[in-house]
Amino acid sequence: MTLDPCERCEELMQEFLDRTLTDAEWREAETHLSGCDYCRRRYRFEETLRRYVRLSAIERMPPGLMSKLEELRGLDART
Amino acid sequence: MQAPVTQRYGSSVSEPEPATEARRIAALARDRVRFEEEALDLADQVYRVARRLVGSREEAEDLVQETYARAFRSWRSYSPGTNMRAWLLRILTNLNVDRGRRIQRTPQMQPLEESDYYLANKLASSAGDEVLDQEQVVERLSQDGVVHALADISPQFREVVVLVDIGDFTYADAAEILDIPIGTVMSRLHRGRRALKQRLAEETLA
Repeated sequence: MTLDPCERCEELMQEFLDRTLTDAEWREAETHLSGCDYCRRRYRFEETLRRYVRLSAIERMPPGLMSKLEELRGLDART
Repeated sequence: MQAPVTQRYGSSVSEPEPATEARRIAALARDRVRFEEEALDLADQVYRVARRLVGSREEAEDLVQETYARAFRSWRSYSPGTNMRAWLLRILTNLNVDRGRRIQRTPQMQPLEESDYYLANKLASSAGDEVLDQEQVVERLSQDGVVHALADISPQFREVVVLVDIGDFTYADAAEILDIPIGTVMSRLHRGRRALKQRLAEETLA
């Protein structure tokens, strides 16, 4: 079964955004994207969503944790 | 993660003479301090992953402290020059599994959506838009919604999504950290991302 070009492009998307495609696959995706507004929009959506997920999920270390970790230094020497 | 014994900190190349013993001990102490500094520099990044693997900030703090306690005790098993962040995360994920701390939720009842565009399509159709601008879609999400959706996907999937998408680890690093093949990382990652989008769609449209 062969995929239509847009389905194939969707199949390549995750790894395209993860930058893990082979050179040949990368060229295949780029070629299709350069001529397909629909898929470009799709890729941009996915990229924006990933950035948003990342931004939302990252929480800074609570104040005070670093000094607790500092206190653990030298454990090897003591045991 | 296993490295040849000769590359480890504190391994002696030849039998130390008694006169050089003090110098060897001093060098070892310096190595240890350097290791600790390097590990502490990564604390914020370690915490960021820990926080999304467990259910509360307190648990995340405990987990990070246990991780550093174990890392400092076993610093000699770290091979200098290798990826310390991955080494620390391997300790952390193992501790997390040992403690059974991973957030356990009821498994999803719905079958996983096959399309990567499930979320975009759902939101677009709910808005009656044929073509939805990506910024508009993202505007409908909330940061809390993302956090809840992430906590809601099964631990196996979440682990990989958190390591790669939040922790910025490569597939290879995630495979090493979790001790699973790269192919498994990729399939869990893809399924995890889809599950996340499905959750986000459910939350946003609820």
